[in-house]
Amino acid sequence: MAPPATDPTAFETLSVESASVLAQQSAWSRVRRNTSVRIGGIVLVVLVLLALAAPWLGTVDPSLFDPGSRDLLPGRRGEITTLEGETLKHTFLMGSDSFGRDIYSRVVYGTRVSLIVGLFTALVALAFGIVLGLVAGYLRWLDGPLMRVMDGVMAIPAILIAIALVAMWRGSLGTVVIAIAIPEIPRVTRLVRSLVLSIREEPYVEAAVSLGTPTWKIMARHILPNCVAPLVVQGTFICASGILVEAILSFLGVGLPPDIPTWGNVMAEGRAQFNEYPHNIFFPGIFLAVTVLAVNILGDGLRDTLDPKMAKRV
Amino acid sequence: MLRFLFRRLLSTLPVLVIVALLVFLMLRLTPGDPAAVMAGDAATTEQIAQIRQGLGLDRSIPEQFAIWFGKTLSGDLGQSYYYKTDVTTLIGQRLEPTVSLALTTITIAVLVAVPLGVLAAWRFGGWLDRGLMAFSVLGFSIPVFVLAYLLIWAVSLKLGWLPVQGYKRLADGVGPWLYHLILPSITLSVIYIALIARVTRASVLETLGEDYIRTARAKGLPEQRVLMRHALVNAAVPIITVIGIGIALLIGGVVVTESVYAIPGLGRLTVDAVLARDFPTIQGVILLFSFVYVMINLAVDLSYLFFDPRIRY
Repeated sequence: MAPPATDPTAFETLSVESASVLAQQSAWSRVRRNTSVRIGGIVLVVLVLLALAAPWLGTVDPSLFDPGSRDLLPGRRGEITTLEGETLKHTFLMGSDSFGRDIYSRVVYGTRVSLIVGLFTALVALAFGIVLGLVAGYLRWLDGPLMRVMDGVMAIPAILIAIALVAMWRGSLGTVVIAIAIPEIPRVTRLVRSLVLSIREEPYVEAAVSLGTPTWKIMARHILPNCVAPLVVQGTFICASGILVEAILSFLGVGLPPDIPTWGNVMAEGRAQFNEYPHNIFFPGIFLAVTVLAVNILGDGLRDTLDPKMAKRV
Repeated sequence: MLRFLFRRLLSTLPVLVIVALLVFLMLRLTPGDPAAVMAGDAATTEQIAQIRQGLGLDRSIPEQFAIWFGKTLSGDLGQSYYYKTDVTTLIGQRLEPTVSLALTTITIAVLVAVPLGVLAAWRFGGWLDRGLMAFSVLGFSIPVFVLAYLLIWAVSLKLGWLPVQGYKRLADGVGPWLYHLILPSITLSVIYIALIARVTRASVLETLGEDYIRTARAKGLPEQRVLMRHALVNAAVPIITVIGIGIALLIGGVVVTESVYAIPGLGRLTVDAVLARDFPTIQGVILLFSFVYVMINLAVDLSYLFFDPRIRY
C-alpha cells in the first residue's frame, strides 16, 4: 500500500477522518449510556407511539359528542353517536366533558398536537437562530444592530410576545408554532454567534481561510458541525417550553381553536366545572407534565454528555 | 460612581426604544383597521375616515411611531378599544393585585430557595441535594395552571383551609389580603424556587471550594457563619442575576395564575385584552412589563457593586 503513504494530503484526510469518527462514536455511546437520556427517551418514544397509534387505542373521533353522555365520571359506560348516526357503546376511561366528548380520546389525540408543536417550535427557532447567529458572527457591520434588536426581543417576556402574536394572527397550528418560536430565537442567535466568534479564531479555520476556502464552505464544514452539540441541547429545552407555552395559550383561550383536541383546550373546557369534575383538568395535566418532564430530563442528559462545558455552568 | 450610573442608564435607553419599536410594529402591522374596530359595525365610511384622521393613522409609519412614542413617554398609552378608557388609568386600577402577587411570590421564593440551595451545596450529594435537583426538574416541568388546580383541589376544596379564588384589596385589611394571596403566590413561586435554588446550589458549591473557606474553617468559625458570611455572600452575584432574569418567568406566570385564581390584575387584563383584540391595552401592558423587566435587571447590575466590591465599571 505504497501510494497513500507517499501522498501526504491523502494521509492527512485519512487520519483526521478516523479521529472524528472515533469522537462521534464515543459521544454517541456516552449519550446512550446516560440514565437521564434513557429515561427521557423511553417516555418520549412511548408518547410518540401513543400519538401515532391514537386511532387504534380504543379511542373514538375526539370531536364526537353525545348529549346523553355529558359529564360522566372516569370509567363510566355510556353511548356515543358517530357522524354516520351510528350509536356505539363506549367506556369513558377518563370521563366526558360538558358536551359529552370522550376525554380519553381527546387526550390521546392531543399528544399529536403537543409533540408536533414542540418539535416544530424547536426547528423553527433553531433555523432562524442559526442563520441570524451566523450572520451576526460573520458580517461584523450587521452584528451591532442585529444584536440590539435581539436584546429588545429578549426584554419582552416570552409569553407576552406569543400571546400578542397569536392574537394578531388568530390561532392555527402554523401561527402558534411561529408565535412560540419567535421569543426563543434571540437565545439561539446568541449561542450561535458566540460559538462562531470563538470557532473562527481556531487554527483550522485560519488555515482554511488562508487556503482561500469560500466563507459559506467554512461555515458549513467547520463552524456548523461544531455547533451541533450545544444546539441539540438548546433545541430540546426549546421543545419542552414550546409544549408548555402552547398548552398555556390554549388554556387561556388564545391558542388553537377550541374544537382541536389539545391538552390546553381540554383543560380550558374543564375549568368551569372543576369543583365537581376535577379529572377534566388532571388527566391532560398529567400527560402534559410527564411529556415536558421527559423532554427536560432528556435535555439534561444530552447536556451532561454532549456539552460538558455547559453542564458545568448550571 | 455617578458617572457609571449615568452611563448604565444611558445604555438601557436603546433597548427600551427598540422594545417600543417592536411593540409598535407588532400591533401596527396587524391585519384589520383599528379605526374600523373603534367605530363599530354601524359606522359609515366617513366616520371611519374621521376616526382614522383623529388617530393619525393616515400618516406614514415612521411619523406614526414618532407621535406614538412621544405620547408614550408622556404617559399617554392611548384609549382602550374595549373598556373605552385611558389605558394608563386602566393599568393603574389593575396594578395593586399584580404587585402584591409578585412581591409575595418573590419573598416566598427567595426565603425558601436560598437556604435550600445553600444546604444542598453544603451537603453535596446528600439526600437533600438529590431531592432538590429532582424538585427543580419537576418544578420546571409542571405547568403553572396544573399546579394551581392541584393546590386548589387539595388545599381549598378537600381541606377547606384557603379560599378557592378571588382577591381582597390591601385597603380591606392585611389579614384578608394575605389570606387570598397565599395559594396563588405558592403556586407561582414553585418554578421560581426551582430556578433560584439550582443557581444558589451551583454558586455556593463553587465558593465552598475556595481557599478562604478553608481559612475560615481553620480559624474555628462556626459552620453557620462560614456558610452565610463567607460562602453565600461571595456567591451572591449569580443568585441576584438569576432572580432578575427570573422576573420574565414570573411575569409569564402572573398572566396564568391571575386567570386561574380570578385575580383582577394586569395578567388578567392582558388575557381579557387579547380575547377582545384590544390592541392599545395589549400594547400598554407589554410595554409596562418589559419596562419593569429592563429596570429590575438594571438594578441587578447596579447591585453587583455592593455584593462584589472588586467590580468597578
